[in-house]
Amino acid sequence: MSINRIFGLFLRHFFLIKGSLPRILDLIYWPTIQIILWGFISKFFSTYSDYYNNTVGVILTCAILYDFLFRSSISFNMLFLEEIWSRNFTNLFIAPLKISEIITSLVATALIRTLIGLVPAILITSPLFGISILELGMPLFFLFLSLYIFGITLGLFVSSGLLRYGPAFENIAWSSLFLLAPLGCIYYPIEILPEIFQNIARGLPLVYIFEEARSILVTNEVNYDNIKNAFMLNSLYLFLGIFLFYYSFAQARKKGSLINIGE
Amino acid sequence: MSKSVIVENLTKNYIKKEAVKNISFEISENEILGLLGPNGCGKTTTIAMMLGLLKPTYGNVFINGKNIENNRISLLHKMNFISPYIELPKKLTVKENLIVYGKLYGVKKIQERIKYLTEKLRLEDFLDRKTGELSSGQKNRVSLAKALINDPNILFLDEPTASLDPETGNFVRSFIEQITKEKSMSILLASHNMDEVKRLCGNVLMMKDGLIIDKGTPNELIKKHGKNNLEEVFLKLNKIKNEH
Repeated sequence: MSINRIFGLFLRHFFLIKGSLPRILDLIYWPTIQIILWGFISKFFSTYSDYYNNTVGVILTCAILYDFLFRSSISFNMLFLEEIWSRNFTNLFIAPLKISEIITSLVATALIRTLIGLVPAILITSPLFGISILELGMPLFFLFLSLYIFGITLGLFVSSGLLRYGPAFENIAWSSLFLLAPLGCIYYPIEILPEIFQNIARGLPLVYIFEEARSILVTNEVNYDNIKNAFMLNSLYLFLGIFLFYYSFAQARKKGSLINIGE
Repeated sequence: MSKSVIVENLTKNYIKKEAVKNISFEISENEILGLLGPNGCGKTTTIAMMLGLLKPTYGNVFINGKNIENNRISLLHKMNFISPYIELPKKLTVKENLIVYGKLYGVKKIQERIKYLTEKLRLEDFLDRKTGELSSGQKNRVSLAKALINDPNILFLDEPTASLDPETGNFVRSFIEQITKEKSMSILLASHNMDEVKRLCGNVLMMKDGLIIDKGTPNELIKKHGKNNLEEVFLKLNKIKNEH
């Protein structure tokens, strides 16, 4: 792999963001609104319900974690969609870029895009709601990492579809995470789901990640089994995602979709 | 003269269409080969296979003696492509685009290369402007700069002067002539502009329905078909084929 080429593709997106204030504001705007909204909702619950004891911390922390996942995945997809929208796709694929370099560059760029959006949102939670996500302690790093890997994996699945089917796959790019959100058990325990959905949900790393986040906040105990399960599932899905991306590229070369994508 | 590009029995079949049918040709070092044919005749498909963007159903493309299928990444370092159907990111400035592509092609001294291309292609006045804000003539020159950023040995030009005013078109044609004099380069030029093809190309391939239906120098083709110019040859060949 060439660091120079990976950096080159990163620069393409860095220049794009750097040169556009509306783009930067757009990156910051939605996570901030999301966090503020969930902050007030959970404050209301904690004020008017005994059941929702410590709810501000739990719901808001889970909202931040979910938004991190959402932004990671969307950022990855957006990087790919930008190439389609700007009709630059063919230029990229006639450059001597390896698939592994494309993936590595998009992974790094997506992280930066995600952090640009989320860091300001996280910073305002403390003065506004008296909550700091850092209360999760060291496991927070593992939860973020796990979510990031899953976000990137979803991005790889969607980008594979974009590579193979072109812009027609764009709607799936936007809706993929909304589909998984109910099964991810972000704000509630898995037992809330009907049994059949519980079985499906256990196949997702999200259940273990959010279960662990809630557990740490409520009981102050860390169950590393949840973190381990999440990483094991993540490894499996990431491998599948990378395989699918390579396969889609090979199929796109066969079917000719690299030539006229975006038209 | 040694052959930079050898195309052997190249074929591309889609489910409902045979896009390219068993074509073979060669491009020598320092040669500009013209590729003529009506829309949908298989020119772009042929170029895409030569660039490794499309996998052939049968046949091979050898670039500098190496099969593109097995050596795609290493060969792409010294190849490039320009087409009016693909664009550079509009929100990036001209200079930013050239830096990005310089990095992607592993150009060692990017700033020097950009300076050289800026002078050659007269980009000074809009180097710091966003690419999307430029006129089509300016965009075309920027696309040419991108296509030359890696100092390629093999260049594919797909309608390089389409939609340009006569002055800019002439500038681009003169530039192509100039770069081939300065550097040994093999160029495949697909165009609908017959005067351009006659001016620039040593040899011409005539394509229709995925086949090469005739080839030769522009003058040979004109003489062979008893016509006054290449356009009349083009029209005659397409008429004959359509009647069949």
